[in-house]
Amino acid sequence: MISADIAALLYLVSGVLFILALRGLSSPASARQGNIYGMTGMGIAIVTTLAVAAPSDWVSWLLIIAGLGLGGGIGAYIARNVKMTDMPQLVAAFHSLVGLAAVFVAAAALYAPDAFGIATDGQVHAQALIEMSIGVAIGAFTFTGSVIAFAKLDGRMSGKPILLPSRHLIHLAIGVVIVLLVWYFAVSADPLAFWAITILALALGGLMIIPIGGADMPVVVSMLNSYSGWAAAGIGFTLGNTALIITGALVGSSGAILSYIMCKAMNRSFISVILGGFGGDETAAAGAAEEERPVKQGAAEDAAFLMRNAGKVIIVPGYGMAVAQAQHALREMADKLKAEGVEVKYAVHPVAGRMPGHMNVLLAEANVPYDEVFELEDINSEFAQADVAFVIGANDVTNPAAKTDKTSPIYGMPVLNVEDAGTVLFIKRGMAAGYAGVQNELFFRDNTMMLFGDAKKMTEDIVKALGH
Amino acid sequence: MDQTAERGADVIAAVAHAATGGAIDPFTFRLAIFVLAIFVGYYVVWSVTPALHTPLMSVTNAISSVIVVGALLAVGVNLAGDSSWVSKVFGFIALVFASVNIFGGFLVTQRMLSMYKKKG
Repeated sequence: MISADIAALLYLVSGVLFILALRGLSSPASARQGNIYGMTGMGIAIVTTLAVAAPSDWVSWLLIIAGLGLGGGIGAYIARNVKMTDMPQLVAAFHSLVGLAAVFVAAAALYAPDAFGIATDGQVHAQALIEMSIGVAIGAFTFTGSVIAFAKLDGRMSGKPILLPSRHLIHLAIGVVIVLLVWYFAVSADPLAFWAITILALALGGLMIIPIGGADMPVVVSMLNSYSGWAAAGIGFTLGNTALIITGALVGSSGAILSYIMCKAMNRSFISVILGGFGGDETAAAGAAEEERPVKQGAAEDAAFLMRNAGKVIIVPGYGMAVAQAQHALREMADKLKAEGVEVKYAVHPVAGRMPGHMNVLLAEANVPYDEVFELEDINSEFAQADVAFVIGANDVTNPAAKTDKTSPIYGMPVLNVEDAGTVLFIKRGMAAGYAGVQNELFFRDNTMMLFGDAKKMTEDIVKALGH
Repeated sequence: MDQTAERGADVIAAVAHAATGGAIDPFTFRLAIFVLAIFVGYYVVWSVTPALHTPLMSVTNAISSVIVVGALLAVGVNLAGDSSWVSKVFGFIALVFASVNIFGGFLVTQRMLSMYKKKG
């Protein structure tokens, strides 16, 4: 219906619209417009494909409509009903689908190379075979890796790292075999080699993510985001499709940058995260002896009294707030305080929660205006002027040991300077150490008050106490 | 001996030239686009505000499902060859997965973004 040249130009247009979609995210004000650019780009890509390679029979059309309708319906239902606290799981699940789609598209190209224009006289070009096998390997890896990440984030699997003996050697061996198989597949075009690559990459994806602990998931999710992009780019080369190549490159670099930001915020190298094994019971034992020391414990009424008489309160949310679904109660508390003339701000650490930007979404869901929420480097100097730092469900990201104790596993990690505030209030369920297994020195300080209990329940009690 | 080698090289060069129509392999162009897009991505993503990192992940998720174009090609293959039905089935499965992601990804991003409000 339309020529290949026009189609190529239209794919370029949709690639450019995808760039604008990401560009829009530089500010919440322009982000919604950006998302619309993204949707338009996707629409153009789909319509162009249907126009340039229109199926000749009605069965194919029916399948296309059914597939789009079925998938679209499921997607729309999930998007409407998912809880905001479950976003990390959802993103992991979506990554797994991109990986799986890449595997199936590559397989489809292998079995009908003529339709994809990658063969002459039934012989698939060696170059296409290499692109295809790289695409399928990354896609398969992304699939199982994301499934494991999903299971860990969703609590279907222990967040603790599970360690197999000599696992690095096993991973390396599988990786080498995959590379050899890619070479063999390019030479022989043997479908068996294709499936062997797929199975090995599936195994490798699972094996590599299993040893990684729950709180390292922000890095893992970002990394898998990146991989889903590279997989798409690999398939894009096979199909010679500009939209797919541009998108793959955008998503690939986006995920890589997010992984880098997350690693930096934890002061860990990417390699050490990927090798896994961090955060478990081994280090927790070391801090156990100190737990005998006395801590100052308070009740909701004490916290309410302190905050009502404060000039400035900085709230530090963490993963515990997400688990307890305490964000709405928290905003209510902030509203009460603001009504009393207290200045309220929120301080978000880059790795608070289980994925990049997790806390920001939850606060936005609870109607906290985004201009009250600040990043670590923008607010860290303000703790000294704050009367109260209200830490809800965060621990390691406030631990001053990261600044002072060279032997601590979290030494060097940028932390929020909550100890500079007049009083530090900690909502915690118990005295357990944080993810890193390190005891937080702050709990034992004179200007710290521990509020033991469920984050949501405790915040609601404070709201009630503020009402009096 | 030297002359034959030289003539051989000439023949190979001529064949290569004819095979590509005297033009550059399209792969080279694709690679150029790919490399430039990585740089575009690098600068665009660094300008994304950290508060929007979760929507960034969900929208990149949605756009990477443009892989759906491959699925559409596969579903549309003519049932001529012996293995083309395999391709059709795989294409359909990929189409469903990619569609879940497209609709789910864009809509959940829209839902999140609509929650970000300014003061007052």
